[in-house]
Amino acid sequence: MLASKPTPAARRGGWTDFQRRYAPYIFISPFFILFFIFGLFPILFNAYLSFQQWQPGSGLGEMKFVGFRNYTDNLTDPTFWQSLKNTAVLAVLSGLPQHLIAIPLAFAVAGVLRRMQHLVTAVYFLPYITSIVAISVIFFTLFSWQYGVINAALSALHGLPLIGGLFPADRINWLGQKEYVQPAVALVVIWRYTGWNMLLYLSGLQAIPRELYEAAAVDGATGGQQFRYITLPLLRPIMFVAVTLSLIGGLQLFEEPFILTNGTGGAGQAGLTTIMYMYRTYASYSDAGVAAAMSWLLFLVIGALTLVNNRLFGRSGLAGRDER
Amino acid sequence: MRSLLTLTLALTASTLGMAAAQTKTITVAAFPDLDSVIKAALPGFKKLYPNVDVKINSLAYADHHTALTTALSTGKGAADVVAVDFGYIGRFAEGNGLVDLRGAPYNAGQYRSQFVAYTYPQAMAPDGRMVAMPTDIGPGSMFYRSDMLRKAGVRPTDLNRSWESYIAAGKKVVAANPGSFLIPDAGEAAQIILRTGLGAGEGLYFDKSGKVLVGPENPRFVRAFTVAKQIRDAKLDARAGGAFSPDWTTAFQKGNLATEFSGAWLVGHMQNWLAKDYSGKWAAQNLPGNTFASWGGSFYAIPQQSQNKAEAWALIKYLTTNPAQQVLAFKTTGAFPALRAAASDPVFNEGVPYLGGQKARIQWRQAALKIQPLDVNRLDPVAEQIVNDALNTVLDGSKDIPTALREAQTLITRRAR
Repeated sequence: MLASKPTPAARRGGWTDFQRRYAPYIFISPFFILFFIFGLFPILFNAYLSFQQWQPGSGLGEMKFVGFRNYTDNLTDPTFWQSLKNTAVLAVLSGLPQHLIAIPLAFAVAGVLRRMQHLVTAVYFLPYITSIVAISVIFFTLFSWQYGVINAALSALHGLPLIGGLFPADRINWLGQKEYVQPAVALVVIWRYTGWNMLLYLSGLQAIPRELYEAAAVDGATGGQQFRYITLPLLRPIMFVAVTLSLIGGLQLFEEPFILTNGTGGAGQAGLTTIMYMYRTYASYSDAGVAAAMSWLLFLVIGALTLVNNRLFGRSGLAGRDER
Repeated sequence: MRSLLTLTLALTASTLGMAAAQTKTITVAAFPDLDSVIKAALPGFKKLYPNVDVKINSLAYADHHTALTTALSTGKGAADVVAVDFGYIGRFAEGNGLVDLRGAPYNAGQYRSQFVAYTYPQAMAPDGRMVAMPTDIGPGSMFYRSDMLRKAGVRPTDLNRSWESYIAAGKKVVAANPGSFLIPDAGEAAQIILRTGLGAGEGLYFDKSGKVLVGPENPRFVRAFTVAKQIRDAKLDARAGGAFSPDWTTAFQKGNLATEFSGAWLVGHMQNWLAKDYSGKWAAQNLPGNTFASWGGSFYAIPQQSQNKAEAWALIKYLTTNPAQQVLAFKTTGAFPALRAAASDPVFNEGVPYLGGQKARIQWRQAALKIQPLDVNRLDPVAEQIVNDALNTVLDGSKDIPTALREAQTLITRRAR
């Protein structure tokens, strides 16, 4: 097809010229096309929708512009505020323990359990890739009020002499009583994501030069001191990443509380997160505009909290910046 | 009767005119087990309409309704005939995506007297449009364990005379059968009481003018909450939450439940998987307090975007107004007919093997005739959620009834403005 020697015509506007000038755009276009369709368009449409009153079942022609009413509706809705509070409580309740367990665990795996590192990592990582449906079936069985393993274990412990008094005499209705819904949901989230965080920390640990530990050991530093003065400071950048991911993930919590409470939010609506409430507003109440406005309000909250996290943690956490 | 029906069908066929010459394919979207009902109906339909081919697209229950919502909101992709479950009909009635079946050429109003009375109002929007035809219903029934009752010396009529006698007799049953529960969840009693004893022009949560009915002044809500609270306080319920929750299923499978309120269709689930080992031990009785309520039901509708509305209506009419077909549907999946004529078929006088040969279908047929129509409101799902939350705060003891109802009233009014 191609002339082996470019003719003057080809140099001005022919095939090679086309190749040089435009072909790259064609080659990278799939990304942009997909991004516009599945990334940018939904975001813009959602923004547009947040100013409309719309019942999804009635067709696109039925939209009605209502200004900021969807936003003010949400801001004056007690259930919206309750869902935000639930989300915040769950984010802390499930987020903190993840890291408090994952960091020492990663340290132990990298040091003591070095030989079995791959096996241990795989075992801890397994919950993260397990299907949420399978998880819910397992935890339903564990948490069940009448038939659950957890309650069976607690009542067996209650029957023991001496320490029996520490455990409750009555069965706990984990998913049916207000006080226990959030701990139950948090437990599942912790179980699911601790392995993922451990993996992050493990990769961070492996980036710390071994000479530092050797030098410290020569100087007589104990294991605890090594952890305190070498591991923790050098792990900060990865801690910043992991905490940011947990923060965003925690505020978008949906699957675990949704499935554990059968989509109802559980007793006293204690398990109703903002994303769940948004889904309910759209799917059950058919109020697409209010749901869209809610998603933008949540976006603002996540944005603000990420910024705060950045200020508090990021400055010293990002590698290379703490020296300056 | 039947010849008249065939005649109307034939007339409709002839009005299709040129369609008689070539074969047309229409699509039907449904969910299990309704898809098997339609499949079973096709040979009979094909005899009347040899030129219409029917293709069934079946999706899981929730997926089907999600897909339908998407198709209606974008105006593309809906089938010619769509099945709609009771739980979704109010939402779809509100929008304009489904054809109004009252107008010509459908004139669905003329069949109204042939159907169980409460079915038509369920498919109607507040402005009077009718968006779907009823096909099956779920007349409410109280299932009870006859062996447990016998052990406690309680007669079935002690359970259903009134709600007070239900609780009193229930205490004896639970006492005589250690480890058992009278009912999966106390909230169920409240749901039945809320759905019965409605005043004229009242919907479940709103009256005809859209005014909120929930509140501490409304005796229906106070009574519903009070009875549920009494059941919970007497420790008679298994606190299993909604039907088909894991605790609910386990309690059934272990044989720990003495009674359950549900639609007649529950027998199918019980004999197939839920309580297989207890065949002959369960029986059916009317709901307590001489009340009648319905559990679900299905409808067929035509989307506005359908290009084959005439053929779609022919199929819907065949599925819903043909007694032989309605009886076939009952035999196929146990779908209780919404068409009254179908319920007089001899098969309804036969005993139900799982219920120890009890002729429960006659009882259900009578119950179906006594169920009151309920007006639907666009905000029913919102109100339902809020009332359920309020009920739960009462049941777990964190709020008293007047406070919970007043708060629910405020929340619903806020949304209803």
